[in-house]
Amino acid sequence: MKIVGLSGSKVGSKTRTAMDYTMKTIAEHYPEVEITLLDLADYDIPFSDGRNYLEYDGDAGYVTKTLMEADAIIIGTPIFQASIPATLKNIFDLLPQNAFLDKVVSVVVTAGSAKHYLIVEQQLKPILAYMKAQIVQTYVFIEEKDFYRKEITDDDVLFRIERLVEDTIVLTETFSEIREKKEAKYDF
Amino acid sequence: MNELKKYGIDPSRGLEFGIYTLGDHLPNPITGERVSAEERVHEIIEYAKLADQAGLDFFSVGESHQEYFVTQAHSVVLSAIAQATKNIKIASSSTIISTSDPVRVYEDFATIDLISKGRAEIIAGRASRVGLFDLLGYDLRNYEELFEEKFELLMKINEEEVVNWSGEFRAPLRNAQVLPRPKNSFIPIWRAVGGTPASAIRAGIAGAPMFMAHLGGPASVFKRTVDAYREAARNSGFNPAELPVATAGFFYAAESSQQALKDMYPHINEGMKKTNGAGFPKQHFAQGVDPHNIMNIGSPQQIIEKILYQHEMFGHQRYIAQIDFGGMPFEKVMKNVEIIGTEILPAIRKYTKKSEA
Repeated sequence: MKIVGLSGSKVGSKTRTAMDYTMKTIAEHYPEVEITLLDLADYDIPFSDGRNYLEYDGDAGYVTKTLMEADAIIIGTPIFQASIPATLKNIFDLLPQNAFLDKVVSVVVTAGSAKHYLIVEQQLKPILAYMKAQIVQTYVFIEEKDFYRKEITDDDVLFRIERLVEDTIVLTETFSEIREKKEAKYDF
Repeated sequence: MNELKKYGIDPSRGLEFGIYTLGDHLPNPITGERVSAEERVHEIIEYAKLADQAGLDFFSVGESHQEYFVTQAHSVVLSAIAQATKNIKIASSSTIISTSDPVRVYEDFATIDLISKGRAEIIAGRASRVGLFDLLGYDLRNYEELFEEKFELLMKINEEEVVNWSGEFRAPLRNAQVLPRPKNSFIPIWRAVGGTPASAIRAGIAGAPMFMAHLGGPASVFKRTVDAYREAARNSGFNPAELPVATAGFFYAAESSQQALKDMYPHINEGMKKTNGAGFPKQHFAQGVDPHNIMNIGSPQQIIEKILYQHEMFGHQRYIAQIDFGGMPFEKVMKNVEIIGTEILPAIRKYTKKSEA
């Protein structure tokens, strides 16, 4: 199983910190899972100009191909101006329409205020559903007050990350079993 | 009176049946092996010869400038096909006019027309994969404008012996003669349309015949595209009855629909992964054998019924089958041409020919 973590912003460190915890949780509890973390702060990616993702070289080609090869994707996103950052939306724009077909996608979100709790529900999930993701319905919402420097200080957040990782892996296994069973029935 | 004579189509002979290849050069997913580029080019020429011998009406070769394709110089391949065949119409599917010089394209195809003694056609498209814009030095931001301007010039060269023209993307032409002229001083030039009404509407506005490619889905969805095309043509002052429509998509015949799915699926799925970056979901492919699905996959009898159903719905003049995609073994391609020639084509012609009443 390949899980790719996607840290969706170039600004700040909280989302990256949360993603580091998430990836560490996978590595500790599920050593058999192959993990890759893509932090968009590390890459120079142009805005989508409409070409197929296979036709991009460099960082854009690497990031999109890595995502397309994943079985599950854990998206980490901050909330900017009551929405997801443009850097993350651009990744969706670079990918094909049905990019998340047969993939499980889950979300870790960091926000400066509890007022942003429903942004994932109302803005991110519709995009993921449109792109055919199997969405892990419960996401981890982390507020500024849960961090101290580059650490998460609230145990509850750590427990929620653990549960998110477990749910992501269990659903990925389950959907792949269901798919195999269904495809075997077609007999071609 | 035959309103479609200008485009070399005679409805009294029934629905035309053709074959197209994208000119892909992909490994066979079952063996993992890929024939050499030399072998693949010769396969394509041989494929055209067999289609000609089997009595098919049309054969076309595509232009894709990317990995896993071999007919980038599709007009050169077509000239070899012109020499190797006798009766079959030959064309591009499609020529990416946006990134070519219409003068050179016309010179090439007029020459192919002379070599083939009047059998050449051009299908001009905008490219569904756009890597060639970088390769050939064009700006993708001019995607629409490049296509519209160059398509217009190509049509003008076809209609006028002496051309006066100026545009944004090419040096102007002053009293220019584009030579040689084709055998009948006119080549049918079609617009390639990807199946969405938006692009069909633009073909209608241009008053050009429409070559509509489709993957899968219910035929009724594509009926809306055909209707939109004819409506747009009518609104722009053209008579839709004078504009032929061709449909083009996946085709595979075997003794049963289950066998056809089995034979074809791995090639489509793996081929699309390599060329488009996403496979073809099995669930969608399984629906391909439904009598109302536009994919012509099944037993010969099922396919005959499907094509007749589509013909009744679209009232199109030509159906074009894509069989050889994704490293399909050539013996299977040959077998399909044989089935078309002996079983499918005679039935289609019998039921679709129109009396000259």
